[in-house]
Amino acid sequence: MVSREVLKDKIATMVSATAIYLADDVKEALKKAYEREDNVVAKRVLKSILDNVKIAEEEKRPLCQDTGTLIYYIKAGENFPLLGELPAVIREATIEATASTPLRPNAVDVITGKNSGNNTGENIPWIEWEIIPKSEEAEITVMLKGGGSEGPSLARTIPPSLGVKGALKVAIDAIFEAGAKPCPPVIVGVGLGPTGDIAMKLARRALLRRIGERHPRPDVAELEDKLLRAVNALGWGPQGVGGYTTALDAHIEIAHRHPASLAVGVAVNCWALRVSTLRVTKHEVKFLTHRFLNAEA
Amino acid sequence: MAEYHFTTPISEEQVKLLKIGDILFISGTVLSLRDAGHRRALEYLNKGKPLPVNFSGMALYHVGPVVKREGDRWRVLSAGPTTSARLEMYEAEFIEKTGVRVIIGKGGMGSKTTEACRRFGVVYTIFTGGAGALAAKSIEEVERVEWLDLGIPEALWVMRVREFGPLTVVIDSNGENFYDNVKKEVEKNLKKAYSIIGLSQNEEGIQAEKWS
Repeated sequence: MVSREVLKDKIATMVSATAIYLADDVKEALKKAYEREDNVVAKRVLKSILDNVKIAEEEKRPLCQDTGTLIYYIKAGENFPLLGELPAVIREATIEATASTPLRPNAVDVITGKNSGNNTGENIPWIEWEIIPKSEEAEITVMLKGGGSEGPSLARTIPPSLGVKGALKVAIDAIFEAGAKPCPPVIVGVGLGPTGDIAMKLARRALLRRIGERHPRPDVAELEDKLLRAVNALGWGPQGVGGYTTALDAHIEIAHRHPASLAVGVAVNCWALRVSTLRVTKHEVKFLTHRFLNAEA
Repeated sequence: MAEYHFTTPISEEQVKLLKIGDILFISGTVLSLRDAGHRRALEYLNKGKPLPVNFSGMALYHVGPVVKREGDRWRVLSAGPTTSARLEMYEAEFIEKTGVRVIIGKGGMGSKTTEACRRFGVVYTIFTGGAGALAAKSIEEVERVEWLDLGIPEALWVMRVREFGPLTVVIDSNGENFYDNVKKEVEKNLKKAYSIIGLSQNEEGIQAEKWS
């Protein structure tokens, strides 16, 4: 059985790797954006992003100094042996990764303004749970969510009569207003549902999907394509200097809404989308995103 | 679009050569300040208390780095820019009172800073946001750190750099603002974006927040 200690170390390893190595799908999308770009300043920006990604890998240092707020998504089997231990294990792994990588201490007391120094604090790291019936396994995903790209994040309730078009307009307006601030090319997550908090949770969850991955429902997938095209038609470009690629992708997650309300959540991620997942089975821990870590074990 | 390589201290004459869209690399000393650092610096200046470092002719970097303590030294591991817009409320006054010549950040700054750049011969430049490892590569040494009580990201880091860049000039000393020009284009594109999601012209004006 995978021990508590091993699991903690593996989670810390994953967090560290997430801060240093940009996942392949994001790298590919940035390379394509670079090849496609003909705006001189935008091309220069994309070149420095790609150079940066390479240097981070070679020198094993965080690719961005803002190593984010740590948000964990757990899908745990009801019979996962370490279920009850997970919150503590994740907290310890966070502290370990903060020291070993190192990550920037980014947990600040809301009232006093004091930085805890180890990326933990009141309700942080944040954990979202999903329980899988009859399973003994668990999947743990970490997101290192940068602060700058939280500026345009919002949840808003619109009259349902405005429809999905009206909801997507909220997202387009958010990107329009944000300009260069959230470090484009961004990834746009949109959540549609009955209440602001549900929409926002779905929006953030939409950012967990890999670049190019579409919603299983074809009608939602079509909206994702449209939203991506619309955002890129704005022409803010990389870092807002103009150009083709304002967003690398757009993802939409949905929940059935209330007859009288349509809530829209918009979550924006900078180009440095740092998300990674590992799976814990009975006897081993497998890295699903940063797969090279499996060989190092 | 020309490319320049400057060493600190940088003169007003040098800065006046720079136009929006130009590329700049800086060698010498770069100083960091973020929100709390700006607040404290202005507090000192308004009380007539000297700053621990002379900013005149220097480059100010909006950054909260990832650093590692190695013996009695600090090493910068990652140091990309932070969003400059948050510092708009401080920067014009800071420029006027310190004689700083080059500001480095990301995301652009507003009209007050643009006006201060014009009046005092300063440029605002951007380093690619998120490119923290690339930035750190040209930081040779942390000469010293002040105001560490503000926390690592907010402290005043005095960094010796070599060929720090590429920086893109987005506000020049003529008061030209590159982002204002891009924004004008983007405003024109907004209708196109709306039409892609199928929004008709009379639906464009509907403001969600006005709903009641």
